[in-house]
Amino acid sequence: MFARIRNGLVVFLATLPFAASGALASFGVEEPEVEGHHLWDVDDPVDGFHHLWEEVMMDIIIIGVIFALITLYFLIKYRRKHNGQEGRPPKLSRAAKMGWVLIPVAIFMADDLFLAAEGWTLWKKYREVPENNIEIELESAMWSFNFTYPNGIETYNELRVPAGTPILVRMTSRDVVHSLYMPDFKVKEDSMPGRITYLWFLPKKVGEHVMTCAEYCGVMHSMMHGKVIVMTPENYQSWYKQEQAKLVEGGAGS
Amino acid sequence: MSTKTGKGKVIAEWIFTTDHKRVGILYLIGSLAAFLVAGLLAMVIRMELSEVGPQVTDPNTYNVMLYFHGAAMILGFQIPALTGFLANYLIPLQIGAKDVAFPRLNALSLWLFWMGIILALLTFVVPDPPDIMWTGYPPYSIISPGNTALYASTVLFMGFASIAGGVNLITTIIYMRAPGMTWGKLNMFVWTTLGAFIIQLVFVPVLGSAVIMLTMDKYLGTHFFNPASGGDVLLYQNLFWFYSHPAVYVILLPVLGIIFDITATFARNRIFNYWACVVGGVGGIVLISGEVWVHHLFTSGMPNWIRVGMMVSTLLISVPVGIMVLSLIGTLYRGAIEFKTPMLYAAGFIFLFLIGGLTGIPHAIASLDLALSDTHFVVAHFHYVMAVSGTFAIVGGVYYLFPKFTGKMYHEGLGKIGFVVTFIGANITFFFMFLVGLGGMPRRYFDYSHMPELQDLQQIVTYGAFILAAGLFITLASWLVGLFKGKKAEDNPWGSRSLEWTTKSPPGPGNWAEVPDCTDYDPYGYGEDR
Repeated sequence: MFARIRNGLVVFLATLPFAASGALASFGVEEPEVEGHHLWDVDDPVDGFHHLWEEVMMDIIIIGVIFALITLYFLIKYRRKHNGQEGRPPKLSRAAKMGWVLIPVAIFMADDLFLAAEGWTLWKKYREVPENNIEIELESAMWSFNFTYPNGIETYNELRVPAGTPILVRMTSRDVVHSLYMPDFKVKEDSMPGRITYLWFLPKKVGEHVMTCAEYCGVMHSMMHGKVIVMTPENYQSWYKQEQAKLVEGGAGS
Repeated sequence: MSTKTGKGKVIAEWIFTTDHKRVGILYLIGSLAAFLVAGLLAMVIRMELSEVGPQVTDPNTYNVMLYFHGAAMILGFQIPALTGFLANYLIPLQIGAKDVAFPRLNALSLWLFWMGIILALLTFVVPDPPDIMWTGYPPYSIISPGNTALYASTVLFMGFASIAGGVNLITTIIYMRAPGMTWGKLNMFVWTTLGAFIIQLVFVPVLGSAVIMLTMDKYLGTHFFNPASGGDVLLYQNLFWFYSHPAVYVILLPVLGIIFDITATFARNRIFNYWACVVGGVGGIVLISGEVWVHHLFTSGMPNWIRVGMMVSTLLISVPVGIMVLSLIGTLYRGAIEFKTPMLYAAGFIFLFLIGGLTGIPHAIASLDLALSDTHFVVAHFHYVMAVSGTFAIVGGVYYLFPKFTGKMYHEGLGKIGFVVTFIGANITFFFMFLVGLGGMPRRYFDYSHMPELQDLQQIVTYGAFILAAGLFITLASWLVGLFKGKKAEDNPWGSRSLEWTTKSPPGPGNWAEVPDCTDYDPYGYGEDR
């Protein structure tokens, strides 16, 4: 029996990396940053996310595989060989009964509290907004994301941001509950009427990312999406000034 | 009862029945009807999502179908099949009672349930069907053109049925046990159902008041959830999940209970560490169940202190659940397992439940949930842990009790084929749904034109769903063949030691000629060395 357990363990350890990497690959690996833009002294929660995600995946895959293999082994080993056969339940002493409760409880709790502590550290990163951010207001409505920049520029379903600066989105809603979800930045937050909530993220790589509504808001819920456009700081500045000029012009003309 | 004869008499007998076995069977028929309709709608939903762009429906119809699928599967299928059918049918038989404590109240709860089912089905008849999802969050449910009152009434009927059933069966378990039936001789199913009913009694009224407030907001102009007049939209979400998360354990507990009983019977083995499972497992789940609801609101701007508290309590729910899973796997140890169809479902359940339970851990961690909540990842998670695991337990339970409540044997071959097809289909469907969720697809989406890269995965999910549906139809065929052509069942076809199998198949009125004496009884009294 021990030989079988040993063989099982070998198989398990051999397959583990494949199973783990398969699960992890789907969530993407950190992408290289833009050249010329050096690392900002901002602790990006997305890095912490990937780290914790890998840890949790490892954790649950190990637990899951161990339990599944033991179950499979028992199901095969203890099948009924002849009619009328009965089980031979182990007789547990009082100490064994307590042990079978206390030891697993201690292990589960240690794991839970470890993950909770890690999760909490990361949570604080997600919620503590770094200095020198750009604060953009969001009012969501059925069915669009309406952003207002500090200088009064308004955009719809389009969030233009410079790479390298933390972006704080302070949000509320005009009508029903919506949720700003940006899958690439691993963050979402509900925007609700009568309440003000926020999220922040660090755009690093120039390019376009999806933003989409994650809280059911009616017929056009799935059509409520837009783009996060990460620009180089220079491009962003020229866009920002240009739009501001248009705004002033428009204001003067009216 | 009356002087009528023939068919009319039989139908009247069933409608006005107070016999717990008939009440149970009528619960089963109603819940399977809900399962069939909601399941067929799931097929349409999967067809819609199989490709980018509108496929077979329009967004309005799609949202109504999604609403019905969620509400009917949870309120109309799983809870009634477990706490209605299984609990009503099994508990008096397992504790040695002739009926439940209040047979007429039992009939009332059945009628309320059926009215709830009929109301829910009216969704397809009324001109303004609800499109507010089974959660019914305001303010959308207040300004929606859909019929919020229909939703609220359905919830209320089902809720009153649950409360009546809960009062009844808790009383039954406490006061109606046969002589000699001590607490230590109760089946795991009795213990878990007791836990589930305690949760129902504590939390259902909260949901009831939430939907009543919602109805008043929409139709009478009150402002509980209207921020413009000092109300709060988050109040509803808190009240809703204050019930609806414990509702998950209302489903989980009887599910584990019936799986324990099936496993013990077919492994001819004792429950491993019975009291740990009862006190630590069932007791622990009941205790923690009400302190975790904020994990549904991790992205809703709740204060930090409650988020960290509920993150820890949510992770800690793995402790009592872990104890029960250990006992379940331990029940296989040194058993003599016979793989009849019910046992296949119990064995399959363990694997599905492992995947479903463990994928709950990233959700429990608030900082990971920021990326995962309200995506297809959470949809896959709760389908594994609740929908598929729960349905496996219900289907396994129906197979297990089929000889008892019909007096016939189901078709074993079709049953086994049905299991294999269902198991494969369920895993294809929901494992790939995890990947769709990781790709960033939010739930309740009619279309995903801005995420076209997900189409390949979505198609696999749809194929899986059709395999799953085929498996369930084979299962249905195995039951129907058994019902009409099956051979007559023995009183105890599985060789179980549990009390319900000492009755005739099917049991007559009053279950036993005399109330059984349980002094030397042990529901799990297996073992060659005894």
